[in-house]
Amino acid sequence: MKTMILSGIFAGALALPALAADYTIIAPAAPGGGWDQTARTMQEVLQAEGISDNVQVQNVPGAGGTVGLAQFASSASGDPSQLIVGGYVMVGAILTNNSPVSLDDVTPIARLTGEYEAIVVPAASPIQTITELVEALKADPGAVSWAGGSAGGADHIAVGLLAKAAGVDPTKINYIAYSGGGEALAAILGNQVTAGVSSLGEFLPQVQAGTMRLLAVSAEERIEGVDAPTLTESGYDVVLQNWRMVAAAPGLTDEQVSAVAADIEKLNASEGWKTALETKGWANTYLAGDEFEAQLAKDKEATEGILREIGLVK
Amino acid sequence: MSTFDFLLQGLATALDPMILFYALIGVTLGTAVGVLPGIGPALTVALLLPVTYGLDPAGSLIMFAGIYYGGMYGGSTTSILLNTPGESASIVTALEGNKMARAGRGGPALATAAIGSFVAGLLATLALAFLAPHVVKLALVFGPREYFALMVLAFVTVSSAFGDSALRGLTSLFLGLALAVIGIDQLTGQARLSFGVPQLLDGIEVTTLAVAMFAIGEALFVAGQGASLQDKAIAVKGSVWMTRSDWGRSWKSWLRGTAIGFPIGAMPAGGADIASFLSYAAEKRASKHPEEFGHGAIEGVAGPEAANNASAAGTLVPLLTLGLPTTATAAIMLAGFQQFGLQPGPLLFATNPQLVWGLIASLLIANMMLLVLNLPLIGLWVRLLTIPRPWLYAGILLFATLGTIGVNPSPVELGMLLIFGILGYLMRLFGYPIAPIVVGLILGPMAEQQLRRALAISQGDLTTLVDSPVAASLLALSAVALIVPLIMRMRGKGGVLAQMAGDED
Repeated sequence: MKTMILSGIFAGALALPALAADYTIIAPAAPGGGWDQTARTMQEVLQAEGISDNVQVQNVPGAGGTVGLAQFASSASGDPSQLIVGGYVMVGAILTNNSPVSLDDVTPIARLTGEYEAIVVPAASPIQTITELVEALKADPGAVSWAGGSAGGADHIAVGLLAKAAGVDPTKINYIAYSGGGEALAAILGNQVTAGVSSLGEFLPQVQAGTMRLLAVSAEERIEGVDAPTLTESGYDVVLQNWRMVAAAPGLTDEQVSAVAADIEKLNASEGWKTALETKGWANTYLAGDEFEAQLAKDKEATEGILREIGLVK
Repeated sequence: MSTFDFLLQGLATALDPMILFYALIGVTLGTAVGVLPGIGPALTVALLLPVTYGLDPAGSLIMFAGIYYGGMYGGSTTSILLNTPGESASIVTALEGNKMARAGRGGPALATAAIGSFVAGLLATLALAFLAPHVVKLALVFGPREYFALMVLAFVTVSSAFGDSALRGLTSLFLGLALAVIGIDQLTGQARLSFGVPQLLDGIEVTTLAVAMFAIGEALFVAGQGASLQDKAIAVKGSVWMTRSDWGRSWKSWLRGTAIGFPIGAMPAGGADIASFLSYAAEKRASKHPEEFGHGAIEGVAGPEAANNASAAGTLVPLLTLGLPTTATAAIMLAGFQQFGLQPGPLLFATNPQLVWGLIASLLIANMMLLVLNLPLIGLWVRLLTIPRPWLYAGILLFATLGTIGVNPSPVELGMLLIFGILGYLMRLFGYPIAPIVVGLILGPMAEQQLRRALAISQGDLTTLVDSPVAASLLALSAVALIVPLIMRMRGKGGVLAQMAGDED
C-alpha cells in the first residue's frame, strides 16, 4: 500500500503543471526522443548556467509534434515564459496531418542543433557507390526498397528529393516506413531492403564496425571524420538538415521576444551547452533572427513541394 | 579474458555498496511505477535521466536496469490482485492471476510471479552474457514476412485462450482490430478514422484501453451489481505460500516462459506483450490441467510472468550488440549511454567491457534484490483484498485516472478512458471476453504493417510470404494449430474441448 501511495504522489507530481517556473518548455513528443532530449538538455543547461532559476519540461506527445504545437499555440499565447521545442519533422507533419496550427502560429526563436541524412547499404550489397544506387533506381524505381523512419519524415523526404534530383518520378519510389531509426536499422542489417536512409548518427557506429557501407550524406560539404561524399558533389542537388529549434508563444511584444532570444543566445554561447552537445554527438547549427526565418521559409517551400510530388499531400 | 572472467569482474564492480544502493533505488522505483497503471518504466527512466548527470556511468545505468526489471515485475501485482494490469505485458497475468486471487490463492499467484520473474531474469541475463552475439544474428533473420508469419501464429494460438464462445471471442478481437486502425497509417502517413481529433492521430494508447477495460469496466460492473453481489473475494484460503503441487506445476512453466520470452524480446519488433501472449497459449496447450484455465491455473501466471521478464533481458541483446533500442525504455537507456559518451553498438563489448559486464552483473543483483524485496511483501499485498469493496474500487478508479492523466495530460485521453470503461462494462454484462480486444489492438497494427512492408519489398508478389524457411515453418505451425482442434472435434473428441470452455466470464 505504501508503494501505491508513493507512486500516487509521484503521479501527482507528474501531472501538476509548473507553478513557479521561469520557463516551461513543451516537448511535443514522448519521453526519450530527440525533442524530449533537446528540451531536457536545455532545462539542465539553462539552470546550471544560471540563465534561468527554474525550468520545467512538459511532454505533450502526438502526431509528429502537431498535437503539442496546437496546444501550445492556443494555451500559451502572450506568455513569455512558455517555450516549445520543435524541428524539421514538424514542417512535414503539419502538412501531412492537415494541422490547423502551423509554425506561423508560434514565434520561432532559433535553430539549435541539426543532423544530416546518410544513405547506406548493407555491407553484403553489391552496390558500392551512390551513383550505382541511383542507376539501379533509374532502371527500376520499384525494385530499390528504402528503409527509413516514419512516412513523410526527413528520411522519406530525402529519398524523394534524391529521386527528383536524379530525374526519377518521386511517386515511384519504394519507401518502407519504420517506426524509428532502430527498426529500420534492423531491416538494413538483416538485408531485408536495398538501402537505408536515416540521420548520420544512427548509422555511424555500424559503418565504423563495417556492417554497413556509407554511400553519401546530405550535408553542404564533406563532414569532418566521415569518409563519404555529399550528394551535391556526386551530382544530385540535395541538401537536407534535420534540425531542431526552439520557439516562443504567439502574441508576444517585441521586447518580450528579444528577451527570450537573448536568453537562448546566452544558452548557445555557454560552455555547458557546448559540452552537452559534444557528449550527445549533436552538431551545433545555431541560427537565429532573420536568417533563421529565411531558412525556415525555404525549408517549408521545398518540403511542401516534395511532399506533393511524393503524393503525401494533396 | 574469457566471458566468465569478465562476468566475475563485473560482479565485483556491482557489489560496491554505493552501486548496490543505486540498484535498490532502481528496483523500488521500478516496482512502484509498475504497480501504477499507465506510468511505465520508460517515463520513469526519462524523468530520472537529468538527475543522473551527476552520477558515474555505472551507478546510473544500474539504476535504470533496476527500474526496467522492477517495472516488469511490479505490473503483475495489480494484475493479480486488482485485475488492473499496470502495463501491457501483464495483461495476460490478470486472466488467471486474478481468478486465483479471488479464490483466496493470491499468495501463491504472487509468489509464482515473483519467483518466476526471478528465475527467468536470472536465466535470461546469463543467456544475455553468453549468447548475445549469436541470438542477435538469429533476430536479424526476422524481416517483415517472418514477423507477419509470427503474428499469424500469435493470432491463431492466442484465440484459443478466448474462452467459451468462439463467436464472442472473435467479436471482441475484431473490435480491437478496428480500434487498431485509428490514427496515422505508418506506411503512408495518412490519417485513418481520426475524425479530425488531433489526439486520435497517434492511435489509441494500449495502456489506456487496457486500464479502461480491466479497471474501470470492472469497477462499474461491481458497482452495477450493487448489494446483490454474492461472490465476495476471499483474501486468503490455505497457505499464503506455494504448496508442493504449486511448485511442481510452476517450474516447467517458468522454464518454458523463459525460452519463449528471451528470443522474442531480442527481436527488434518483438516485445514483452507478445512473448506473454505466446507463453500463455503454450501453457494452456502443455498443461495437464487445461480445464483449470480460465478459473485460475497457476501455469497461466507462472509462464507469462517468466516470459515478460525474460523478454526484458532479451531487449538488451540488440541494445548492447547493435545499439538498437527495441522498446521505449531501451531507447531512453540508449540516451543514458550516450550521455556518458558511450555508443552502444557492435563495438561496445570490445571498447567498454567493464561497463557492459558491470551492467550485466548488476542485472543479476537487481533481480536478486527484487525477490528479496517482494517475497516478504506478499503477505501484505494480499491483505489489499480485505479492504471493503467500495474503498478498494474507489482507489482503483483514482489510480487508474491518475496514471492515465499523468502520462498524457489531455481531456481527450480521459474521455477515452471513460468511454472504453463503459464499453468494458457492457462487454462484461453481455459475456464478451475483454482480453481479445486488447490483444487485437496490440497485434493488429504489427500484423498489418509487416504484411504491407513484406509486399512492398516484393512489389506485390504474394509468394514472398512463404519464400523464406522461417516464415514458411511458422505459417505451417499456425495451420496445424488451427486444423488439429477441428479434426479432433470431428472425430467426436470435441466433448473435452467444449467442457474445457465451460462457464467463464
